[in-house]
Amino acid sequence: MAETDAALDAFRKDIADWIEAACPASLRGRPMTEDMIVWGGRRWEFKDPAQKAWLDAATERGMTAPRWPVEYGGAGLSRAQEKIYREEMARLQAPPPLESFGLWMLGPALLAFGNEEQKKRHLPPITRGEIRWCQGYSEPGAGSDLANVQTRAEDMGDHYLVNGQKIWTSYADKADWIFALVRTDRDAPKHQGISFLLMDMETPGITTRPIRLISGKSPFCETFFDNVKVPKENLVGELNRGWDIAKYLLTHEREMIGGGARGLLGGRSLGQFLGGLDGAMDDPVTRAEAMEVEVNSLAFAMTMERYKDQAEAGQGVGNASAMLKYYGTELNKRRYELLMSAAGSEALEWQGPHGGLAPEWLRTKANSIEGGTSEVMLDIIAKRVLELPSR
Amino acid sequence: MTTLLETEDETMLRDAARGFVTDAAPVAKLRENRDKSRGFDPALWREMAQMGWTGVLVPDARGGADMGHRAAGILAEEMGRTLAASPFLSTAVIAATTLRDVATDRARDALGRIASGDAIYALAVDEGRKHAPERSAMQAERAGNGFRLSGAKTFVADGGSANRVLVLARTGGAPGEAEGLTLFDIDAGRAGLSRDRLDTVDSRDHARLSFDGVEATGDDVVGDVDNGLAALQTGLRAGQAAIAAELLGVAGGAYGMTVGYLKERKQFDRTIGSFQALQHRAAHLWAEIEVTASAIANAGRVLDETPQDAQLAVSLAKARAAMTVDLAVREGVQMHGGIGMTDDYDIGFYMKRARVGAEWLGDYGYHAAQVAAARGF
Repeated sequence: MAETDAALDAFRKDIADWIEAACPASLRGRPMTEDMIVWGGRRWEFKDPAQKAWLDAATERGMTAPRWPVEYGGAGLSRAQEKIYREEMARLQAPPPLESFGLWMLGPALLAFGNEEQKKRHLPPITRGEIRWCQGYSEPGAGSDLANVQTRAEDMGDHYLVNGQKIWTSYADKADWIFALVRTDRDAPKHQGISFLLMDMETPGITTRPIRLISGKSPFCETFFDNVKVPKENLVGELNRGWDIAKYLLTHEREMIGGGARGLLGGRSLGQFLGGLDGAMDDPVTRAEAMEVEVNSLAFAMTMERYKDQAEAGQGVGNASAMLKYYGTELNKRRYELLMSAAGSEALEWQGPHGGLAPEWLRTKANSIEGGTSEVMLDIIAKRVLELPSR
Repeated sequence: MTTLLETEDETMLRDAARGFVTDAAPVAKLRENRDKSRGFDPALWREMAQMGWTGVLVPDARGGADMGHRAAGILAEEMGRTLAASPFLSTAVIAATTLRDVATDRARDALGRIASGDAIYALAVDEGRKHAPERSAMQAERAGNGFRLSGAKTFVADGGSANRVLVLARTGGAPGEAEGLTLFDIDAGRAGLSRDRLDTVDSRDHARLSFDGVEATGDDVVGDVDNGLAALQTGLRAGQAAIAAELLGVAGGAYGMTVGYLKERKQFDRTIGSFQALQHRAAHLWAEIEVTASAIANAGRVLDETPQDAQLAVSLAKARAAMTVDLAVREGVQMHGGIGMTDDYDIGFYMKRARVGAEWLGDYGYHAAQVAAARGF
């Protein structure tokens, strides 16, 4: 697919003009606080009418899902065009019109594994922000050992009957639908009896309960399934082959979590933050730690860039995503320890002179657990990349 | 900026280099050099010249291949992987980069001799135990139309075998001041210059150079009098990036040996590589090497595209390389167990080269401080 530079330049101008016209000026250049995020869904209430205008305009052009095919509500952009779109969005300081697990996870999974009927039914409402999805993977007995899922879906002829419990389902209390891993064959080896099922959260028998974390309120929930009837057409991919989809999505998720470890501190660099703390850098221990964290952060950012270049050149990143997840999250934890130490007693209130630094610090402790623990990532690297023996 | 991926030409160069050093300069060769008390094998250097490596940064018009700093880094990395010893960094990287910015016939001739492999350069910059060019105290007194150089330089890589020396001496100012230094390019055989080989742990050529009234002319000055740090800046950065690349190769070589050993060695009736305690440490080491490789690739690209702004990229590369190679060789020796402590086994050679390379042209602390300064703290 050869795109000429001239064509891409024309695209850049066109998309920039569109962003300027479609994204209300009042939204641009604002710090990305929680209030700025539009998650969508049946019960969504916009915090600002400008957000609705921006979402409507983006939906009309398919720009909430730039790379998805036009027939499913996307814009059908090429990789190069999407990169330009992101660059122009950043340059014009426009917030994403919509963010959701549907866009990030379920959509890509349906595009890769779903049937035509499922794509037509589920993808367009995701792009319009009408349906909000959550992910039901982990269970009380299936954390690092994710394939040990016990929530079962029994074949009742014209429907599945689902019973069991999920945990760590982000925003389950706000979501309209859930995509979940369920056991459909209890006799098969554990990876081979799992299926990928879609369920409407309004179905009788589904209840949720929020989880309070060490960092305070959280989007995480427990989700309970008590004799939930699910239509058979909601099975994605082949029966008992759900683990393939799960693996596909986990790779995706790990890159996101690893990469999310950058660009914090409200857009300030580490140097700016520490420089603003009078005298903090006079302490040689803090200074030495800050230097090492900065060196590692810059080198890690380059690594993200190199892997992205690799993916864009059509060479897969594969199991190296485990490295990004491992390294990025461990680094982020260390960065927050440094910030806490540098800010001293000013960091110790839930909300203090540096905002919610303390709850953010506590929340980072989950980074190296969620989406696969650091130890599981090291296992993956050791086995798949280094090819170390199991005996 | 171009991507951090290698171009096809660069990948071909890497493959060729890896094949060559594996055959012609395995660790056994370094062992042989050590036992013969020589810093490198002149025959190997001639072969490197024939392949165009000595001219990797020399312009076409002077007989070079002019492939750029990313390519020079790839060569250095592959040499590091087998601990191939040669004056490549001093000559083909530092001297070539420094002299190609000088518009004199003499500099152009020197570049030709670098490309042909005839010139072997050493950079005499440091006088104390740590890299600090601006702390140079060595004097270059004006005498008649020229200068008279007196003082001493230490830890001069390739200083024992070089036939040319780039030396930084004071024509003004006081030690600690960046101003008042002048860079000279002189013949290593000049009267009053004596050289003592240092018996360093890496078995490579390092020397202490003493200057006792060595005469230099105005033509020997590189760049402007009193502004030697500027004349040396890009060459020095290129050298720092290249030693960082070599250290990445040293780390990769030590890692490769170690993972190989983990897959072979049996204890308690199991391959030791099946123990999770060792698997996680090996996986962590691989992650560090991957992250450092990005910083090395970036430094090469920045030196090729915007050399005037390369300090951050180069210091980041050297800081990361020093940190990573240290981890690689420590884990390497430890995971080999007792055999890793024996001279018969190669892993120890990696530890020794890593220690010396990490120190040369600025250690982790020096370069981390440069990064911090460039990032505003």
